[in-house]
Amino acid sequence: MTVTDTARESVESAVEQGPLFSHLNPPPSYDLADHPVPTGREEIWRFTPLKRLLGILDGDASDAHLTWDTTLPDGVTLTEITAEQAREIGELAPNDRPSALAAAHAGSAMLLDVPAEAEIAEPIVLRLHGDSVDDLVWGRLLVRVGRHAQATVAVVHTGSARYSAITTVLAGDASTVNVLSLQDWDDDAVHLGRDAIQVGRDATVKHTSISFGGDLVRMHANVEYAGPGGSAELLGLYFADEGQHLEHRLFADHTAPKTKSHVLYKGALQGQGAHTVWIGNVLIRKVAEGIETYEENRNLVLSDGCQADSVPNLEIETGEIEGAGHASATARFDDEQLFYLRSRGVSEKESRRLVVHGFFNDLIRKVGIPSIEAQLLETVEAELAKNVLREAD
Amino acid sequence: MSELVIKDLQVSVDTEDGPKEILKGVTLTIKDGETHAIMGPNGSGKSTLAYSIAGHPKYTITGGTVTLDGDDVLAMTVDERARAGLFLAMQYPVEVPGVSVSNFLRTAKTALDGEAPKLRTWVKDVNAALEQLNLDPTFGTRSVNEGFSGGEKKRHEIAQLELLNPKVAILDETDSGLDIDALKVVSEGVNRFRAQEGKGVLLITHYTRILRYIEPDFVHVFVDGKVAESGGAELAEELEANGYEKYLSAAV
Ligand SMILES: Nc1ncnc2c1ncn2[C@@H]1O[C@H](COP(=O)(O)OP(=O)(O)OP(=O)(O)O)[C@@H](O)[C@H]1O
Ligand SMILES: [Mg+2]
Repeated sequence: MTVTDTARESVESAVEQGPLFSHLNPPPSYDLADHPVPTGREEIWRFTPLKRLLGILDGDASDAHLTWDTTLPDGVTLTEITAEQAREIGELAPNDRPSALAAAHAGSAMLLDVPAEAEIAEPIVLRLHGDSVDDLVWGRLLVRVGRHAQATVAVVHTGSARYSAITTVLAGDASTVNVLSLQDWDDDAVHLGRDAIQVGRDATVKHTSISFGGDLVRMHANVEYAGPGGSAELLGLYFADEGQHLEHRLFADHTAPKTKSHVLYKGALQGQGAHTVWIGNVLIRKVAEGIETYEENRNLVLSDGCQADSVPNLEIETGEIEGAGHASATARFDDEQLFYLRSRGVSEKESRRLVVHGFFNDLIRKVGIPSIEAQLLETVEAELAKNVLREAD
Repeated sequence: MSELVIKDLQVSVDTEDGPKEILKGVTLTIKDGETHAIMGPNGSGKSTLAYSIAGHPKYTITGGTVTLDGDDVLAMTVDERARAGLFLAMQYPVEVPGVSVSNFLRTAKTALDGEAPKLRTWVKDVNAALEQLNLDPTFGTRSVNEGFSGGEKKRHEIAQLELLNPKVAILDETDSGLDIDALKVVSEGVNRFRAQEGKGVLLITHYTRILRYIEPDFVHVFVDGKVAESGGAELAEELEANGYEKYLSAAV
């Protein structure tokens, strides 16, 4: 049997597994009837304050758009395609109501195409800006990176809107793909995003979700594998202020053997009513022998009145795995760390700054997009200035 | 000039069963250029004394005074004490993930001096301090104390002592966990520090071993939260020979 045959076989067996049976994740479907309007008691909605979605869950089609400002290096194309084309290309079907509505109401979709074997060094940047929270905007994006290609894509959200988007990343065999979604919204924005990634055979994918702004942000990052040998690193960083709800839901669906998923999300919370939610679901299917998965969520609570929910879930259907683990921790400022720094003359304010930067540093260094890394450091600084540093004055 | 005066210091910690008195009236004066050794058995309150002077929030001062050159140390915040000229080399240095040693040192130096050190000379100074303590130059990029061996943590404390150059240094069991070579390296660092004009050292230890390299002017036997006896360097030799036995039985 040739290598190619093995690959085809495992792709087929992955496909043959049929619909999801994971109780944590409703089966993907374009049919709105499969995604009824939630009451808030559903497992996948119980953390989300539905009222603050401002009508997105039963929203209608709309003409409103975000303004796109793009940096497209040579060799990369961005085109408008029809809904049918999106599905033909292999869009990953919606897994909740907002993404199903986005697919139904967006009309057309945007396709970002990186051809096979193209090595795009410069980041592809899509800057999406909204003018007002009065606008209800549906988004639909596909990112297709061909086999053996390399590309970095950053989607940066600013301004305000009620925005629900369905995004699919198709990482071709042996491709190297780095995708980042930055939620740097104004205070009143509402953003429901579903990013789903299909990791090709032997492909290496990094996905980073960063949420600072917005009144309510709820992001999915889902991965599945089209063949063995794929590896996904899912990173996230969030900083919730007074009254903000920032929710990140991960789903690593090990649909093929010898695949890897590594998840690291870190968040900080400050101010009354700051609420973060992290759900890390991992499903290791029967076929997924020899896989490796590790997920970790850490939260740093910087003031009173905050709530950080953190729920890792591991469903294992085969005993033949390399390794699986998770860690989740929520902590306040460590008094011993602050004392150590202050005993060297560093003011309380500066000590807190150092500790928070230290907390995020390792994660920021992993993002792999220098311009964004620099911006992140500044944003962390700006967030700190709002509360932690002010209080300690 | 530097003079640390501790008078009748009483300290307690909060426990599940209410406050527990640990320091029961400590009186001690460290004058200009003097090195005092404090020796005492486990649990006698040596670290409590060190932490209380540095201002650790865990300890409650219930009585007494501490002054540095006449200024009320107990009224100062932790960082004010450091800026006033106190330094504590900790028995168990704390890990600060994600904060590099070089960033930490520069931030501390800037805080102490009120201005950032000149980049070129500072980098040289840091490298020299690390090298003198046999710490690899790559230490600068590592997170503070994270993954350091016990000995590396202690040597890192003394590198800080030299770079931050306080008036009075309190060294809490800096010698424990060091092999003989590291002990010499650390002692040399402390000796370089105290060779300068007007520096005070309060050296807390369990063993006389380090006193062969850092010769104290005074030795205090610390038992059950207070100084049981004070003397010169010869008192250390007596402790070496006879242990704490006689003080312990007296304390009970
Ligand atoms: N939180 C606490 N609750 C109860 N007892 C405490 C607490 N913290 C300290 N102690 C007690 O205070 C006493 C003095 O502790 P300290 O660490 O100062 O001793 P030490 O002389 O430095 O000992 P060692 O030689 O082991 O370093 C000990 O008996 C210790 O158990
Ligand atoms: Mg001690």
